[in-house]
Amino acid sequence: MSLLEWFEGLSAARKAATLIVGLLGFASLIVFFLKLFNPQKNWDELTNRLKSWWVMVGVFFIVLALNRMISIIFFAFLSFWALKEYVTILDTRRADHRALFWSFLTIPIQYYWIGTQWYGMFIIFIPVYMFLFLPMRLVIAKETAGFLASSSKIHWGLMAFVFGLSHLAYLLVMPAVPGSSATGHTLLLFLVILTEMNDIFQFLWGKTLGKRKILPTVSPKKTWEGFIGGVVTTTIVSLFLRFLTPFDVPATMLIAFVIAVSGFCGDVVMSAIKRDAGVKDFGDLIPGHGGMLDRVDSLCYTAPLFFHIVRYFYYG
Amino acid sequence: MRDLIRILFFLLIVRPFMVLFIGLRVYGKNNIPKRHPFVVVANHSSHLDTVSLLYLFPLRELKNIRPVAAADYFEKNWTVSSLSHTFFNILSINRRCASKHENPLAHLEKTIALKQSLIFFPEGTRSLTGEMSSFHSGITHLIEKHPELPIVPVYLCNMGRSLPKGEFVPIPFFCEIKIGETLFPKGDRKEQLEMIRNAILALKGTK
Repeated sequence: MSLLEWFEGLSAARKAATLIVGLLGFASLIVFFLKLFNPQKNWDELTNRLKSWWVMVGVFFIVLALNRMISIIFFAFLSFWALKEYVTILDTRRADHRALFWSFLTIPIQYYWIGTQWYGMFIIFIPVYMFLFLPMRLVIAKETAGFLASSSKIHWGLMAFVFGLSHLAYLLVMPAVPGSSATGHTLLLFLVILTEMNDIFQFLWGKTLGKRKILPTVSPKKTWEGFIGGVVTTTIVSLFLRFLTPFDVPATMLIAFVIAVSGFCGDVVMSAIKRDAGVKDFGDLIPGHGGMLDRVDSLCYTAPLFFHIVRYFYYG
Repeated sequence: MRDLIRILFFLLIVRPFMVLFIGLRVYGKNNIPKRHPFVVVANHSSHLDTVSLLYLFPLRELKNIRPVAAADYFEKNWTVSSLSHTFFNILSINRRCASKHENPLAHLEKTIALKQSLIFFPEGTRSLTGEMSSFHSGITHLIEKHPELPIVPVYLCNMGRSLPKGEFVPIPFFCEIKIGETLFPKGDRKEQLEMIRNAILALKGTK
């Protein structure tokens, strides 16, 4: 009984951290027994994935617990690594060098706007100013063959990995939701936990029940069963995380539904890019998962959507 | 003094730069011989090539690794010369006027006698396209004198994208170093060069 009381007494963020660590512990226990009862099967991939989850969850919660500045730098680094993985698999031209340099320089600038809470600049810097500037920088390089392809590729990367992902950091600097105990901090936890859980649910349902392929040319492992199972599970599980949000029950489910569907979209869009470039993974940073981008692909879609829904309806 | 500056430079600047900025991926590190001297032979497309090859070694071994450099480029003025000697411990070779008085090989042999290892880029200059150009025969003179010297073939990937010839700001493309098994080239000069070249090219597709 005292354990429950202790849990009830925790702050919302600590409750979330406790839940996630508990879930990971539970998953590790299951894998341990699976290995025990079925030792001849190869469990390496699952073990690697789980180990990586422990590391990622640990890093994420520790960084968020430290302070706001360190958290913002952490998200800037996430953008940096994602953009780095993205441009590496692209077919870039020698003439793109300087434009690429400027596109990496947008990362500290974009996160600086977040640090100073300059919302207006944060929201137009990349879609307007960088959109106008980068093609001009490519013009100065004087190479017209492949010009449009280069400016599109570079700007798409900036939108997805710098603009899109930086919404995670902007949530951090959002004030408390009027008339609620939820803050930007807890909303960020809700978004990230649900997005990542949705990835896992879709994977698990697909593995167990998956039959009908949903997008065979893009992502041959994705199935309708995985997609629908994931969306339904995520929508239900979101109710247990409602203490992080100002949402009522129908709003929670609706927003969780948006996160689940858009997370799937982010996942398959990045798969299409990998297919286009002819690679399997974006890198090898995270054992069992691939590159950083293989883990944050869904967040590139869920973060901006979630952010703007919440900002429109709850910060009025 | 120079050794100390170099160690600090690698510890405080090169290592963080390679890990956090370039995200260097190293494959086949066990193929590096444990004992000096040996010769590392690699394709060349960027100034990052030398830095990243030196990065592979422990700090205390830095004084034993000499990247072979062209005097006509690296000794062109005092600043370039002293920077590259201090930070990268280069061994500059005069490849233009190889007269009888000044045998360029003599410097290499002296270095080998001191049990120092060499880094060689047989293409002679940085490639602009990423493709490997033809090899100069300089290294075969060394092999003929010292057939017991292990040759370590290395393929460097994406360095020329990160910092191409003529640019001074690097872009953080992921770069790769692939180290192959040591060779002891046999046959005439042409065959030796061919053997090394093929060993490097064979690494291109591996992980």
